[in-house]
Amino acid sequence: MSALLTLEGLGKDWFGVPAVEGLTLSIAPGEVLGLIGENGAGKSTLMNMIGGVVPPTRGRMLWEGQPYAPASAADATAEGVAFIHQELNLFGNLSIAENILIDGFPRRMGLIDRRAMARATEALMARLDLDLSPDRPVGTLVAGEKQLVEIAKALHRRARLIIFDEPTTSLTTREIERLFSLIDRLRAEGTAMIYISHILGDVVRVADRVAVLRDGSLVGEGPVDDFPVPRMIHSMIGRELADVFPPRRIAPPDAPPVLEVEGLSAPGVIEDVSLTVREGEVVGLFGLMGAGRSELARILFGLDPAERGRVRLGGQALHGGPRERIAAGMGFVTENRREEGLMMDASVRDNLALAALGQFAAGPLGLVDREKVGAAAQAMQQDLRIKAADLARQPVRSLSGGNQQKVVLGKWLLSRPHLLILDEPTRGVDVGARAEIYAIVNRLAEEGCGVLMISSELDELKGMCDRIAVMRGGEITGERSRAGGYRDADLVALAFGEQAAA
Amino acid sequence: MTWMTPLDFAVRYTAVLILALIVVIFGIVAPAFLAPGSLMSTLKAASFIGIAAVGMVFVLLTAGIDLSVGSAMYLAPVIAGIAMQRLGIDVAPALLLCLLVGAAIGLVNAILIVRLRIVPFIATLAMLFLVRGLGIWSTGSRQIDFPASMRAFGQSALFGIPMPVIAFAIVAAAAHIVLAHTAFGRHIYAFGNDAEAARKAGLPVRRMQAAVYVICSTCAALAGFVLISQIGRIDAGFGEGREFDVITAAVLGGASLFGGIGSAVSAVLGAVTVQAVKAGLVYAGVNLYLQPIVQGAIIFLAVFLDGLRAIRMEKQARRSIRPLA
Repeated sequence: MSALLTLEGLGKDWFGVPAVEGLTLSIAPGEVLGLIGENGAGKSTLMNMIGGVVPPTRGRMLWEGQPYAPASAADATAEGVAFIHQELNLFGNLSIAENILIDGFPRRMGLIDRRAMARATEALMARLDLDLSPDRPVGTLVAGEKQLVEIAKALHRRARLIIFDEPTTSLTTREIERLFSLIDRLRAEGTAMIYISHILGDVVRVADRVAVLRDGSLVGEGPVDDFPVPRMIHSMIGRELADVFPPRRIAPPDAPPVLEVEGLSAPGVIEDVSLTVREGEVVGLFGLMGAGRSELARILFGLDPAERGRVRLGGQALHGGPRERIAAGMGFVTENRREEGLMMDASVRDNLALAALGQFAAGPLGLVDREKVGAAAQAMQQDLRIKAADLARQPVRSLSGGNQQKVVLGKWLLSRPHLLILDEPTRGVDVGARAEIYAIVNRLAEEGCGVLMISSELDELKGMCDRIAVMRGGEITGERSRAGGYRDADLVALAFGEQAAA
Repeated sequence: MTWMTPLDFAVRYTAVLILALIVVIFGIVAPAFLAPGSLMSTLKAASFIGIAAVGMVFVLLTAGIDLSVGSAMYLAPVIAGIAMQRLGIDVAPALLLCLLVGAAIGLVNAILIVRLRIVPFIATLAMLFLVRGLGIWSTGSRQIDFPASMRAFGQSALFGIPMPVIAFAIVAAAAHIVLAHTAFGRHIYAFGNDAEAARKAGLPVRRMQAAVYVICSTCAALAGFVLISQIGRIDAGFGEGREFDVITAAVLGGASLFGGIGSAVSAVLGAVTVQAVKAGLVYAGVNLYLQPIVQGAIIFLAVFLDGLRAIRMEKQARRSIRPLA
């Protein structure tokens, strides 16, 4: 089989420092290449070279044997390269059809030919089993549908190489299955694909071949069957991860409760939720997307109102918004760290100090003592091993995903919470940093903090939690404890409801 | 339309609902308000702000703003008037000259914003003073009297429909076709929704952004010409503060200050609503000095509704991320 895209000794330097080095790799039509590597391994740089965003410093690329040197993203698109990014590039105020045909509307007498547009779109949507009106505004679609629109766009441009970058993070289980079967069909039709993900199980499911990047170099490559998940992890981090989930002293079952939730309801969101988190306990919250887990977290943190029920922290009834709840000892690591958890353009130090700023106020005017903040930030950096060169100047935006998440955690650690709510704390975080985050959570628990951990990854919850509560449709459908043993089928059945299990 | 709840519907059609409410209220308080003659005169009075508001919608759709429209509607007719006086040109070439001056003002705005990357608010604020200053300097702040042919044009009518209303209808219809049925128009919406994504999609972003300012100033120039042709004279204060009327009309009609939302219909609805309130207050015999207060309330209402709409859309976006099974 002749290759569609070939990379020969490809390299890219940033300010004289190589980000990608001596990369030789090829991908054939109808082949799915799983590309894995920790954050900062050079995946983005490689993709930017293929996508025409940055030119390589060394080496060359070949497209069907011909030299390929895209000068812009448009060049790459014209050649047949399409990207399906984590953040989709769609216009919510335009219709599905308009989004697909945005750079080439069919025209009649200078005006857009709406009928031709609908015809073209309907054919594409039928291929993707997307049963929606082409006139529907994209802003009203759910995440999985939006992604299909993005794929339809790629198909419309007759893309021959589609690059998926963490495509499943915001999809429901059902939508993920639909995406995978679509990838299978595209493969059968001869489309080449590169699939980038931190979710290694997904890579095993869709990829034919696996390529592993570490520190800018290709450190492993071969058929997916030769790359079971442990070998993938080993190649990515260059060392055995002794145990991703470090052991932890189990919280005594008679420890005093930190968080007590009784009959909490908010119409249309959650219904009659009761839950307890004890001192030193890690309680997991499992469920499908839209089961109401994040919504429950927002209500507990005072961001959204509840209509009925009680929430107590350390025996005290909670009222008011986040400000009062932080004062009472609550912390909340949101699932959306870029938009809600961090000030992306502010320094690492300022981000760390934010939730505990009151501690650093000094003097009669209550001015913030910068030196104290600096010292605390430095201590936190060492403690959590945050990789940042200059705490006071470096914006959080410039850190890798894992280090950003450590900054969010550090921010809450400084305020010494009694209860920490974590919403998808390892999403978009590489394996190495993941293990570090787990260790931080364990340490917190050992110090007596109660942790409520929301995650869509069952393995993560099973590895971390003393108890797991499962939500579905805004209700808690069951709770299992580590002592009683976790069974995947049992937990998944609770998340799907009995019908799906039967 | 299964995806639209009654509340979404209300948010979407607020402008129509408000106009209907106003017409009903004033119709009950002062039935004379609903007489065909007074409705037509309301429409005629609305066309001045309305024509400029149509242009403003283009700018608002890109999440920009143009504060120089009040000055553009002064300077452009002034230049046309001077040409009519000194060169003795007729109404038609004078109108063309007026539009060209408007386009030139818009081009300067475009250069400041697109080429020099000055924030639209600041660039057009500077132009507000600069353009008016040019007009006052060239006239010595004296008023300019137009030849009789100008008023004859302004007072003319076709099939009983006054000229300003016809001009308004033509501009609004043209804008609707451009915005809803051309690639250029749809690209404006795309850009207003997500400028970065529009750039990534390879759309002609700079050309498009420049064009909306030219369109906006040209519309303002036309609006000025249409009103002046009815009066036959222009003085140094003409158009002052009108930028706020124009923006209010566009936003009240449903265009968003945040970009990406609005249409030619917004400009029409908004301008008619503002004028209907003004006329209604007169018919209802409300104290003249209360009217600025009412106007303030309208601006507040317009911006408040825009804010509500933005919040609503944010909620919609959130809802679409997590479908509640």
